[in-house]
Amino acid sequence: MKLPDLTELAVRNLRESVLRNSLTTIGISVGVASLVAMLSLGIGLQQLASRRLMKSGLFDTVVVTSRRDLRNFNREEERSGPAPGESRILDEPTRREIERLPNVLEAYPDIRFITELRFEDKPHLTMVAALPPSAQSNDAFDAVQGHFFSTDIAPEVILQKTFAEELLGKTPRVGIDETNVAELAAPLLGKELTMRYAQRETTEAAGSKATNDSSKAPADRSLAGAAYSVVSREQKLKIVGVADLDPESMRGPTRARVFLPLKLAESLHVMQPTDLREISRSANDEPVYSSVSVRVKSPSQIQAVEDTVKKMGFNTFSILDASRSVQQFFKVLDVFLGIFGSLALAVAFIGIVNTLVMAILERRREIGIMKAIGASDGDIRKLFFAEAGAMGVLGGIVGVALGWAIGQVINLGTNIYLKRQSFPPEHFWAVPWWLVAFAVVFSFLVSLAAGLYPAGRAARLDPVQALRYE
Amino acid sequence: MSSAPGFPQNRAPAIRAEQLCRHYRMGETLIRAVDGVTLNVRTGEFVALLGSSGSGKSSVLNLIAGLDRPTSGSVIVQERDLAQLSREDLARYRLHTVGMVFQSFNLIASMTLTENVELPMRFAEVDREKRGNLAREALARVGLLARMNHRPSELSGGEQQRAALARALINRPQLLLADEPTGNLDSHTGTEIMNMVREFNQQLRMTVVMVTHERALAERYAQRLIFLADGKLVGDDSNSTVAAKAGTHASAEGERR
Repeated sequence: MKLPDLTELAVRNLRESVLRNSLTTIGISVGVASLVAMLSLGIGLQQLASRRLMKSGLFDTVVVTSRRDLRNFNREEERSGPAPGESRILDEPTRREIERLPNVLEAYPDIRFITELRFEDKPHLTMVAALPPSAQSNDAFDAVQGHFFSTDIAPEVILQKTFAEELLGKTPRVGIDETNVAELAAPLLGKELTMRYAQRETTEAAGSKATNDSSKAPADRSLAGAAYSVVSREQKLKIVGVADLDPESMRGPTRARVFLPLKLAESLHVMQPTDLREISRSANDEPVYSSVSVRVKSPSQIQAVEDTVKKMGFNTFSILDASRSVQQFFKVLDVFLGIFGSLALAVAFIGIVNTLVMAILERRREIGIMKAIGASDGDIRKLFFAEAGAMGVLGGIVGVALGWAIGQVINLGTNIYLKRQSFPPEHFWAVPWWLVAFAVVFSFLVSLAAGLYPAGRAARLDPVQALRYE
Repeated sequence: MSSAPGFPQNRAPAIRAEQLCRHYRMGETLIRAVDGVTLNVRTGEFVALLGSSGSGKSSVLNLIAGLDRPTSGSVIVQERDLAQLSREDLARYRLHTVGMVFQSFNLIASMTLTENVELPMRFAEVDREKRGNLAREALARVGLLARMNHRPSELSGGEQQRAALARALINRPQLLLADEPTGNLDSHTGTEIMNMVREFNQQLRMTVVMVTHERALAERYAQRLIFLADGKLVGDDSNSTVAAKAGTHASAEGERR
């Protein structure tokens, strides 16, 4: 039998017992709807989480430290490899080398130091950190009052909210943090701060000695950089922004409360802890860093970059190491949601089998007649398959629509709730087109599978017996 | 070859059954529905299978129709041994070589007359347009053109049987098998149906095998009467009365086995 005839007959047969077939189709729809709803919730939550986490800059960053930094020496994985004393120094040429690695967007030194800032003649002690221009896209600066640094060398500063409070002499209230950042920023923006810091200055003697003796014995050369002076300096900084950042959060750059442009911070040559440690090794004027943050194009390449940097002889850390369990959680969540959804579809599966087996009993005689006038086993089998398939496709389409509607309603409800709690609206629900296609195809295939047994039974029906059946 | 109209050769056997047996097992007992029947039906012949109920006449018809397979022996229709055909080939045989009518009409209740008549052509994968034309033609032949969009339940018994006849003819088979075609009809309507069957036999040169328990009906229309009892052939008479009345098939008579 040709396909159009088959479809026509199948649809006609489905219309014959409208009630039973509609109920079965609704059963399939509910199954598909719950599958779609569960999966799209899983996908939506995962997308939301990765969207949020990605913007935080946590998942595309590898922090590189020198093995000479013994603070982490107790960590199991860092005891292997070259001994700390023989490993490389994390200096500017190394930073450039890392930056040239494939899939690396940028590698910037982590400059942070504790220093004193004077505002209206009052001293305030805090941690200061340098930010690269790319930090502008970090979600931490989504709600910045004022603006980001005008250039990477500008003598400008962005304050963290709690530091702004401190400058204004306000004590943060315990409990829910309701401080209005805009209110805090208004009296501060455009004002000046004076930062006092310790500058590392290579002395003339050390510099000339290094160049003069470089051709001599290596023992002498290793002592080349072993002289610099530390000078107290002042730098005026203009407040351009106040950011609503939580200093307690685990976010890398946010532990500091005052932020400077990276190039400016570098040019200040602020005394770093590594300067003391590496004083005996540093052969030239190139800065040595305690850690370098490496931004990778996408989280999937983190592992490869980490491995390469490790091979270069450095220690690495990425939050992805810690987030493996998060990813695993979402995988497990997806599987569970999928199982619950499939469970509903399994019920629908049994519904189809039942409906078609009932249809065989009911249409026994009809099958007998069809066989008597020349229908082959294949014709009968195809006819039942077509009926199962038609119910599957129809149920699938209705189910996707239903699942989508459920998702919309829940999304709407959640967003109303979020709005009441004064959070920005979010998309928890994602029904990607591939899920729509998958659901309909899946429903079709499940229905065909459900039709397998009834169709085979109908095809094998003995026409003589079937015709005798009244 | 099945749908080629052509002129059949009267002397060639259309159906040949040899030592045909159909046994069923029902619990412990073996039922010999057909038990060693041997018979020949010539092309263009009108044969009546007579016998009381349970004599095996319907079983023989089902074996000829390819609806059932013999336990032993063979049915050869137009040089093809049905017992050797695959299920698929047997379906094709039923589709193209055989037209069947039943006592209970066996139209599909959910379909209109046109759709019922078209159904075999759907299985034969005839084009939609051609199908419509042929169905109309067939319904016109049995005088039901005005009823073509009615469902079987809206028709009288006679009309339903006429529609069944139209359906049986639609793929132009050479064999018309009728199982008590007038059993559910009053005598007037029965006569009308039988006249049509005779018309197909004579005008379309179809070989007709009709199962009936009404001897009078058989004598009036069939050229040959075959009697069955307990699955065995107990009599095979040419019917001179009919031959005299019909007059057209003189060459086919006088055959006696």
